[in-house]
Amino acid sequence: MIRFDTVSKHYPDGTVAVDELNLVAPSGQITVLVGPSGCGKTTSLRMINRMIEPTSGSIWIDDVDTAGMATHELRRRIGYVIQHAGLFPHRTIVDNVAAVPLLLGHNKKQARTRAVELLERVGLPAHFAKRYPAQLSGGQQQRVGVARALAADPPVMLMDEPFSAVDPVVREQLQDEFLRLQGDLGKTIVFVTHDIDEAIKLGDQVAVLRVGGRLAQLAPPQELLSRPVDAFVAGFVGRDRGYRALAFTSAGTLSTHAEQTVALGGPVPSGSDDGTWILVVDAAGTPHGWLNLEHLRAGEETVTEEMLYRGGTLATQGGTLRAALDACLSSPSGRGVVVDASGCLIGSVTAREVLDLIEARTAMAS
Amino acid sequence: MIITRVFNWLTDGDNWKDSHLNTGILTQLEAHIRFTGIALAVAILIALPLGMLIGHTGRGTWLVSAANAVRALPTVGVLVLLTVIIAPHFHGRTDTGYLIPTEIVLVLLAVPPILANTYAGIDNVSPAVRDAAAGMGMTGPQVLFQVELPCSLPLIFSGLRSATLQVIATATIASYVPLGGLGRFIYDGLAQQDYPQMIGGGVLVAALALTTDLIFATIQRYAVSRGITGRFPRGRPAVASEVQSAVLTGPEVSHA
Repeated sequence: MIRFDTVSKHYPDGTVAVDELNLVAPSGQITVLVGPSGCGKTTSLRMINRMIEPTSGSIWIDDVDTAGMATHELRRRIGYVIQHAGLFPHRTIVDNVAAVPLLLGHNKKQARTRAVELLERVGLPAHFAKRYPAQLSGGQQQRVGVARALAADPPVMLMDEPFSAVDPVVREQLQDEFLRLQGDLGKTIVFVTHDIDEAIKLGDQVAVLRVGGRLAQLAPPQELLSRPVDAFVAGFVGRDRGYRALAFTSAGTLSTHAEQTVALGGPVPSGSDDGTWILVVDAAGTPHGWLNLEHLRAGEETVTEEMLYRGGTLATQGGTLRAALDACLSSPSGRGVVVDASGCLIGSVTAREVLDLIEARTAMAS
Repeated sequence: MIITRVFNWLTDGDNWKDSHLNTGILTQLEAHIRFTGIALAVAILIALPLGMLIGHTGRGTWLVSAANAVRALPTVGVLVLLTVIIAPHFHGRTDTGYLIPTEIVLVLLAVPPILANTYAGIDNVSPAVRDAAAGMGMTGPQVLFQVELPCSLPLIFSGLRSATLQVIATATIASYVPLGGLGRFIYDGLAQQDYPQMIGGGVLVAALALTTDLIFATIQRYAVSRGITGRFPRGRPAVASEVQSAVLTGPEVSHA
């Protein structure tokens, strides 16, 4: 547990970066600090490992006042991940990861063995160990940064916009893997981001800070979306709140309709149940896209990938209401495609059915 | 043909050996290396720690500018001035009165490039790297010696090499005051209108400079991490392709 006890940070020029912050980051959970630039989120984070010293107030880690510890000893017990990874360019990847254990005086061979294990844990193959940071992409460097922070197995991790310098696809991968990793490790994490979507996706609880370093709201993400405490928070969490909140509700087991299909590579059918659209699956039963029978060109007799409409998303059975509704809304036929965990077709649902489900849930909740 | 005569002068074995009239090339070469070595050692002892300290703390950067300003001093003028001041304090059969001014001049020449490059090298270390180093719990000296110094070695070496070249070339002025060194052949050759000797001396200075630089280049090659020079083995691409992770391409994000 990390506890901020009326912590303030004032600069000599009069700037107030953080103003009397009171906050508890519970053990084993991810607490996200989010807010616009200048809200003091990074300052707050860096005061935990005393990269910045608070002007007043105190920060406690498991009932130990951090002000009473030597800074380098405090920091060696805290994992630290920053935006641009900050890997040591002159050291190989394995030695980068082993840096903190070596500082702590651990056996070099053991530290390296563990470093290689950690690399695999964050999704990098072991042969990356002997490479240098300059040989890695930004996303890979960031994975190494996470592995390095984990190397000494610290109970507490501080992450300062760790995924914001990589492209959106890689960012989503890193976020998902981070959540999976945290599911295994259960670290006490304080995570800074300016991206409210990232905050909502990753946080067990989200602290929204306003400019001038004041805490506006501290709540679990779902509550933040459904009950923003004031206009600032409401504005910051943004539009589509109702829709995004659906991502926190499981759709349960959807009752699906059987969907007529045609095989990829097979002959083009002469008609379909609804007269226009037919779902195309491969031999394994994985949906590939929709075929529009009204827009067939002359000479097209077998179903190929090029003919397919691929704009529709898929909902996984047991997934969220948001994914189920999105599958329906994005489907050209109006029927949302539901697949099982391995990606095989189960059937389809309509938007009307999903909305009925949402209304039933809302009625149940109130 | 002057080139032939220079070649003959250089290849004449008698010119390499000492005789009762002349000091040979080998002895002068040794003296030249000695002047250069002393000056460089002193300059490194001054400039390297100072540059590291200024770069690490970010304080006292004016010293770097001040040292650079010293480069503007006319070397021979300073040498003559210092000799006039210092030499009279030494009597008898000793070179010290001339050696000290010479070494001071050479050190003044060698300090600025080493200082400026060491400072610049440390100062150029990426803020993210420095932040990560401190944030993981390195102490100030650990950050300096384990991170900042190894990262700035290419610039430090370049300062060192440029200082060495300058000192080797300028150490010829040791012969302007009555000291030895390869400059002896240049000054004597000029005075005696013995141009093969004068040019031969110049060639020897250039050869010494190039050889020394080659030695430094070799040391640099092994001292600087491949991660910084970018010399990676067997033509591997600088950036490997992003690893695909099976966990991440779940059906919820794929398209149908």
